[in-house]
Amino acid sequence: MTLDAIAPKRRSGKAAQHRTAIAIFVGPFAVLFLAFYLVPIGYAFYQSLLTVEREGTFGKATEVFGGLTQYIQVFQNGPFWESIGRVLLFGIVQVPVMLGLALLLALLLDSPLVKGKKFFRLAFFAPYAVPGVIAAIMWGFLYSPNLSPFTALTRNVDFLGADLVLWSIANVVTWVYVGYNMLIIYSALLAIPTEIYEAARLDGASQARIAWSIKIPLVAPAITLTAIFSIIGTLQLLAEPQVFKSFTSAVTSTFTPNLTIYTTAAVPNIYLAAAFSVVVALFTLTLSFTVLKFTQRSANS
Amino acid sequence: MTNSTLARRAAPSRESLLSRSAAMLIMLICTFYFLVPIWWLFVAATKDRSQFTSTSPLWFGDFNLFANIGNLAAYRDGVFFRWMLNSVIYAGAGAAIATILAAMAGYAIAKYAFRGRELAFNVILGGVLVPATALALPLFLLFSQVGATNTFWSVFLPSLVSPFGVYLARIYASSSVPDEIIEAARIDGAGEVRTFFTVATRLMAPALVTIFLFQFVSIWNNFFLPLIMLRDEGLFPVTLGLYVWNTQVSQIPEIRAFVIIGALLSIIPLIIAFLGLQRFWRNGLGSGGLK
Repeated sequence: MTLDAIAPKRRSGKAAQHRTAIAIFVGPFAVLFLAFYLVPIGYAFYQSLLTVEREGTFGKATEVFGGLTQYIQVFQNGPFWESIGRVLLFGIVQVPVMLGLALLLALLLDSPLVKGKKFFRLAFFAPYAVPGVIAAIMWGFLYSPNLSPFTALTRNVDFLGADLVLWSIANVVTWVYVGYNMLIIYSALLAIPTEIYEAARLDGASQARIAWSIKIPLVAPAITLTAIFSIIGTLQLLAEPQVFKSFTSAVTSTFTPNLTIYTTAAVPNIYLAAAFSVVVALFTLTLSFTVLKFTQRSANS
Repeated sequence: MTNSTLARRAAPSRESLLSRSAAMLIMLICTFYFLVPIWWLFVAATKDRSQFTSTSPLWFGDFNLFANIGNLAAYRDGVFFRWMLNSVIYAGAGAAIATILAAMAGYAIAKYAFRGRELAFNVILGGVLVPATALALPLFLLFSQVGATNTFWSVFLPSLVSPFGVYLARIYASSSVPDEIIEAARIDGAGEVRTFFTVATRLMAPALVTIFLFQFVSIWNNFFLPLIMLRDEGLFPVTLGLYVWNTQVSQIPEIRAFVIIGALLSIIPLIIAFLGLQRFWRNGLGSGGLK
């Protein structure tokens, strides 16, 4: 009773204190998030609505509000949509291959079939320590017809030619990220209490059966997470193709959406580049939300 | 597929020799796939120019690694090591500050009720889905508006924001910092901020190491932002520097050796960081993946 009587007074005093504490905790992040996430996005959107007007061909250029002028150009830009199509094709093939391999390796690491787990875990994860640019430079050498350790192969198969270069880049991305995705799935597997499949084991279920019927459904959220990050990464592909431009002319300056943005900004046509950025960002968001909703629905049903 | 049919046909209670061998075979093939390129890089970095093309690419010639590093250090006043230093500052200092900021914000969202909390968290979560490369051009436009492109800050400041870090910190703080401990600290008269830095950070340590590592890697690997922001070679991170050298190989052939040795040296800090901190990030990763 007496406690109840003094509680409101104390609580209101504490709430005021907490307001300062909350401001100290959240403030710095909020300011930077605003300045370097929200404002740039808003500013890019604003710039994408501008256009340049000239009096005659060589007249003085002035910035004017152009409404959706840049977006009409975006939608009429063939190479840009080709680049979107190219990364989508890339993603449809590369993401399932990479995640399938990551899942298989995680399940094998988690099964009693394999010895030397610590070594394999580190060996598979090691490529993640190699930045995309460096990995692309390295594989560029490995693909080269003359310098590769596998010249018997690279002299006969043109990995850097127009037909294969997209898949050669897919291999670089897969090489870097399988181990990382494997570890995320593996950590989720380790968090499953072993009692859950103890019963199945006693009933004589094989490791493959346990993996398929028990483990994979339980780590589905982790797989979703890796899938979303992989899709985002695919649409943002830049470093690897940018490096490959030095090795082969098959990689054009509009090979991926981000390369298109970079090339357009370098022209410089920053209003169009800003419109490209907005479209790519919206595309990425839509796609990752769709994957999220789709997997949530199939998990619920 | 073959693996599962093999396993199913096998004796029920113990794994057959066949499925164990198949599993080990897959592991060994993958080990080759993942390690041979790194091995090749290491071997190539130990060779001088003539042996690079004349000896077997996967085995050593004369061991010239240290001579090569010496040449690299001498080339253009050791600009390569300047780039390494830049990367260490961008990634090390950037990730450290980003971790503290993300931890404070995530902790506050987990432990205090305030107006707009869920909205703020959802906006931040949306930020997780906006990748760093998508922001490169918008950031460039913004920095050029204030005339701050081609500066240290134009690459450093944006890397201090880690929405994924806030997400991870919130989840971890809710599950591993009990309210009773915060309450006890309050009764002892510790301020909220002091409680966070002395008590909560200790309990959140595995998550903090994970956030730090992920942010470190993403800054170290970040390529688009420096590519688009920086003109001055002295400000380059190592990835951008090696990229520029690689584009010059056809004009300046001797630079190829520097690209290779530089590539090897540039991955060593990350390998050391991962090996040294592995028991932390292994635990932290799971908390992000499951929830």
